[in-house]
Amino acid sequence: MASRNYNLTELMICVASRLMPDATTVFIGTGIPMLAAALAQKLHAPNLIPIFEFGGIGATLEELPLAVGEYNTFRKALAASGICDIMETAARGFIEYGFLGGAQIDPYGNVNSTVIGDYRRPKVRLPGSGGANDVGSLCWRTIIIMRHDRRRFVEKVDFITTPGYLWGPGAREAVGLPRGSGPYRVVTNLALLGFDEETKRMKLLATHPGITVQDVIENTGFELIIPDKVEQTEPPTEEELRVLREEVDPTGLYISKG
Amino acid sequence: MLEFEIVEEGQGKLIQPPDVEAFREWNRQKPKALVDKLMTEQEAISRFVHDGDYLATELYGTVRCPMSLTREIIRQGKKDLRIAGQGVLELDLLLAAGLVKQVEITYIGLEVYGVSNALRRAVESGQVEVVSDWSNGAIAWRFKAAAMGVPFIPVRSMLGSDTLKSSAAKVVKCPFTGQKVALLPALIVDVALIHVHRADRYGNAQIEGISGFAFELARAAKRLIISAEEIVPTEEIRRYPDHTIIPYFLVDAVVHAPFGSHPGEMCYMYARDEELIKEWAELSQTEEGARAYLEKYVYSVKNHEEYLEKIGWERLERLKEKAEKRR
Repeated sequence: MASRNYNLTELMICVASRLMPDATTVFIGTGIPMLAAALAQKLHAPNLIPIFEFGGIGATLEELPLAVGEYNTFRKALAASGICDIMETAARGFIEYGFLGGAQIDPYGNVNSTVIGDYRRPKVRLPGSGGANDVGSLCWRTIIIMRHDRRRFVEKVDFITTPGYLWGPGAREAVGLPRGSGPYRVVTNLALLGFDEETKRMKLLATHPGITVQDVIENTGFELIIPDKVEQTEPPTEEELRVLREEVDPTGLYISKG
Repeated sequence: MLEFEIVEEGQGKLIQPPDVEAFREWNRQKPKALVDKLMTEQEAISRFVHDGDYLATELYGTVRCPMSLTREIIRQGKKDLRIAGQGVLELDLLLAAGLVKQVEITYIGLEVYGVSNALRRAVESGQVEVVSDWSNGAIAWRFKAAAMGVPFIPVRSMLGSDTLKSSAAKVVKCPFTGQKVALLPALIVDVALIHVHRADRYGNAQIEGISGFAFELARAAKRLIISAEEIVPTEEIRRYPDHTIIPYFLVDAVVHAPFGSHPGEMCYMYARDEELIKEWAELSQTEEGARAYLEKYVYSVKNHEEYLEKIGWERLERLKEKAEKRR
């Protein structure tokens, strides 16, 4: 770990970026997803189509947007539309990946970004759903990016802001959510996780460099599915780090936080 | 008679009834003549915003946002406001000024600068009541329903979540397919504030770049105040009528507000004022800090002109250059 030449934020951005294939539609929220999309566009996915909730479609991410409606979300874009059109585009099945963050996640990928504690008398009032619920409801595959610890990875979230697989197989369809949609990956500072086909519970896919399976288990507040073979995440390449530091976030707004 | 089967009901309060008949009657009496509606922020806010009003703003606090109008609301101390948000700086300032009584929340936060401490203080202390939670799409669709003149709109968001449980949505089985859908009540607001690139004196308004939810909100408001970077002759509007997103008859007041979105941005015109946004993010961490910001940038200036003087034209010019360089 000591010889690591990148920090954990950089690692998460690189891992998230590798999950964005070229020529795909990706719904992007504030923060790490923006950096990951910019990195992907500059490296392996020049034709990635980032979609932002207030109307930006297909921006060229030369500069990092600081807000989901700011100019960089539709700079040199293909279209500048509005929020209803974007959410309806997701509802019609046009958006493959949706990226979101949160304060808590449970084994079924249900995410909380609304309150910690009781809803009526919250210990902490968080910003609320924003576009997250729409993204998690309507995109085909949701990718969640979060810090990994026992306070965040919990058996039961205080509030389901954004539905994952709810209580298990068939649950999304049962409540009326689009067939075949749902959480796909979880990117953390420790690991890359997915969901078990049958039980829809979270499953470890790969541990990041220097992290053991035991580390991941100890930092997860619920029982994680551990397959026989757990992959190792490739560390960020020199090229990824160079582009990330020199072109994507040259002022270190996000990546300097470590 | 075939009835909708209500499968689930949100527990959030519906504080603005989706009365589309009353809305039609209201809209009928709005003047259809081309009347000069150009006025100052002071006049527009004092005439069209009242204590206890249900207020909505568009786009949001750092992007094409009616900040000059918001600051004027705070100076005039319009209180007990009920708000739909969707908000960064504008709702934060209203919350910090203690003018808000109830909120329907989709997102109130500072984006890259994290959670809203003004919101946290207001909600955790019980000073402000959160009547319901929604998704961003849901609030925009509620405006859309009002714009359509219908009392609700069926959507496939929010299903299965606690967001739905704490909203005022209802889940029913679709009478055509049997599939479950969420019905969102139309949201007709008392007053809306929208900042645009240009408008004429009658209120015909044009926006550049993304349209956010301006189209829907303008049509979901009983009273609508437009602030515009530029007031143009009607001939200019008539030359490109396809750019008019808000026709005059929706509008009650037109305010000329250059840099009206400051410290937020206005696409193709000026960039956001990062330093000032950061100043709010830092000061608003405490109640005293938030008050100091309000004193400095809101209460101690008489109007938007004085505000711009205080910010300084050189600094504003730099924001213009920054936007120009990006094109």
